[in-house]
Amino acid sequence: MAGTFPVNSTAKLATERESATGFAAWRRAGIAALIAVAVLLPFTLSNYHVFELTQVMIYAIAVLGLNILTGYNGQISLGHGGFFAAGAYTAAILMHRYGVPYWATLPPAALVCFALGMLFGLPALRFEGPYLALVTLAMAVAMPQLLKYFDALTGGNQGIVLVKPLPPPALGLDRDRWLYFFVLAILLLAMRVAGNLLNGRTGRAFVAIRDHPIAAAAMGINTARFKTLAFGVSTLFTGIAGALAAIVIGFVAPESFSLFLSLSFLVGSAVGGIATIGGAIVGGFFIEFVPNFANDISDAAPWAIYGLAMLVFMYLMPRGVAGTLGPSLAHAMDKFRPGRYAAK
Amino acid sequence: MTAKQMIVTGLFAAGLILAGNSFCAAGQYGPGVTDTEIKIGNTNPYSGPASAYGINGKVHAAYFAMINEKGGINGRKINYISRDDSYSPPKTVELVRQMVEQDQVFLIFASLGTPSNMAIHGYLNENKVPQLFVATGADQWNDPKHFPWTMMWLPSYGIESHIYANYILKNLPNAKIAVLYQNDDYGKDYLNGLRVGLGDKAAKMIVATQSYETTDPTVDQQVVALQGSGADVLLTAATPKFAAQTVRKVFDIGWKPTHFLNSVGNSVGTVMKPAGLEKGVGTISASSVKDPTDTQWRDTPEFKEWLAFMNSHGLSGSITDAQAAIGYSYAQTLVEVLKMCGDNLTRENVMKQAASLHDLKLPLLLPGITLNTSAGDFDPIKQMQLQKFDGTTWQLFGDVISGSGT
Repeated sequence: MAGTFPVNSTAKLATERESATGFAAWRRAGIAALIAVAVLLPFTLSNYHVFELTQVMIYAIAVLGLNILTGYNGQISLGHGGFFAAGAYTAAILMHRYGVPYWATLPPAALVCFALGMLFGLPALRFEGPYLALVTLAMAVAMPQLLKYFDALTGGNQGIVLVKPLPPPALGLDRDRWLYFFVLAILLLAMRVAGNLLNGRTGRAFVAIRDHPIAAAAMGINTARFKTLAFGVSTLFTGIAGALAAIVIGFVAPESFSLFLSLSFLVGSAVGGIATIGGAIVGGFFIEFVPNFANDISDAAPWAIYGLAMLVFMYLMPRGVAGTLGPSLAHAMDKFRPGRYAAK
Repeated sequence: MTAKQMIVTGLFAAGLILAGNSFCAAGQYGPGVTDTEIKIGNTNPYSGPASAYGINGKVHAAYFAMINEKGGINGRKINYISRDDSYSPPKTVELVRQMVEQDQVFLIFASLGTPSNMAIHGYLNENKVPQLFVATGADQWNDPKHFPWTMMWLPSYGIESHIYANYILKNLPNAKIAVLYQNDDYGKDYLNGLRVGLGDKAAKMIVATQSYETTDPTVDQQVVALQGSGADVLLTAATPKFAAQTVRKVFDIGWKPTHFLNSVGNSVGTVMKPAGLEKGVGTISASSVKDPTDTQWRDTPEFKEWLAFMNSHGLSGSITDAQAAIGYSYAQTLVEVLKMCGDNLTRENVMKQAASLHDLKLPLLLPGITLNTSAGDFDPIKQMQLQKFDGTTWQLFGDVISGSGT
């Protein structure tokens, strides 16, 4: 049972955490080590690589949003690129037209996307599986044209050029590194919030609805409420990612948010591990690096290489990197738990 | 903690020094140039919605390969790095940063698309990297005062419109002009260009304007409204789909204005054919590049040379594509500028040379059209020739006309 969905294994682990031994301890040490690496890494890399990693983290936040909806709540979305765009434009318009400082645009972007997601979640209640995918697809295909239509606000085809934020002078960081740490902080916060939400009552309700909606309703879960909530929370994360993208790139245009962006999020989500939190980071790496990598291998058919990479990942790790490696790691680490055999 | 901070600060300082060095010119060479090589960066949409324009990059690559076979420029071969941005601005930013910071290209050449170039405009100017010959026609690119590292190539939209204004003033002095334009910077460039060209007569001569949104299904309503104004001249600043609708609607409602159609939407294949070839007879447009389908060039040595080049580089499938002729001319312009630089291949000098073009002729530009730039003018082509549609193809007429930007 624990093997069927990675969520279950994390949920199981949560109850074992009190012992602070075995996997839980290893896990904590591992996360601490990863954060340390993430903090030190930018000082060893060139500005360009720092910028690339910043992009990875932004995609990771967007994928995390999609994981909440698709992985934990079982609702498929092909439209998250549209919410990403909504977040990006909220930030861009606030910065450009109203002179709001870049960091202060995140809460409004989050709020706008949460509201949009909740609204979108209402009709989504009536659709399941592939039908819902089609409804959300509408969001992805409509968004670029809507952005062009309201050109008095959005700048139309020409987009909006933003002044790139200056780092606080006291820190002595350059712009790329400052933005890296800014995004890293938001990513860590987002993962923390997502972890708390998903490991608690709300998360259990999400998963129950995904696994068996009728049983969930019979247990007293208000499925309509939780399904719309999942939509809202999910688009909130993706909207924040969009706002960060606008800040880091310094430019938004309708062409930035094509349908392919939405598909990339879904690919990143599936490759990383659709019902995991850590998988979002793997997904971010996939979205950022695999297309470039494919282009380096073959100029002629980069998308064939991209497709092949996707196939290899899904064949070797059908539950995504984090979804497959996570539980096996947990299993391996459990073996090293002191007193494991003595307890039996 | 202080020890750690010191290490961190030290590493950071070292990084800054390294990064700083890479932007400094070593002697007479800028980044990306050696005794044997000049590294050039480019982005083009080889995939995605605008992939039809990708032919530009393919033609550049083939042309530089040919130059290299012949020994390069002053013994230096061009290492042309062109990457696919799928017409997505964030991707352009990423790829251009990669080319500038990792690959250390000397300059960015002929990147395609208005939004893509907008996205890298600030970055390249801030880092003093030449953004030479952008493949887009908006007026704003010609702004050497604020963006001294960005230069255009195509005649700007404003210049084209100015040329129509000159023609109207000379040949139709009593015209009542109606304007249909796309409601964005591109469409407004045409409207402003016309106003500037007409000067103090603009207010009197322009009797009606109508705009459309790219999301509108048709422009039928606008065309009917413009007819109602009693205008006898129509200027249409529209992209291919809307241009085709306009040509057809004007004919169908029996309106017979002198119709000026912008070069953005004058392709025989994507505009005149869908509109109905007979409906567009008499429409006037402008061009500065020889149309490869125009039979009058077929026997000229310039055209034969181009044909031989295309066929010998596996591009024979694109010999009717006007974009291929444009890409060829772009590549030739860059080669000319690099030759002018001699052995002083710094980024400063390449901009200086690019800003001192004087009557540069290119084989596929219309006879009489030359490239001219100066320190205050970064739009090399300011001349076009008018052409009239005869039901099958565009026929050039009159002299080459000059316009000035807005």
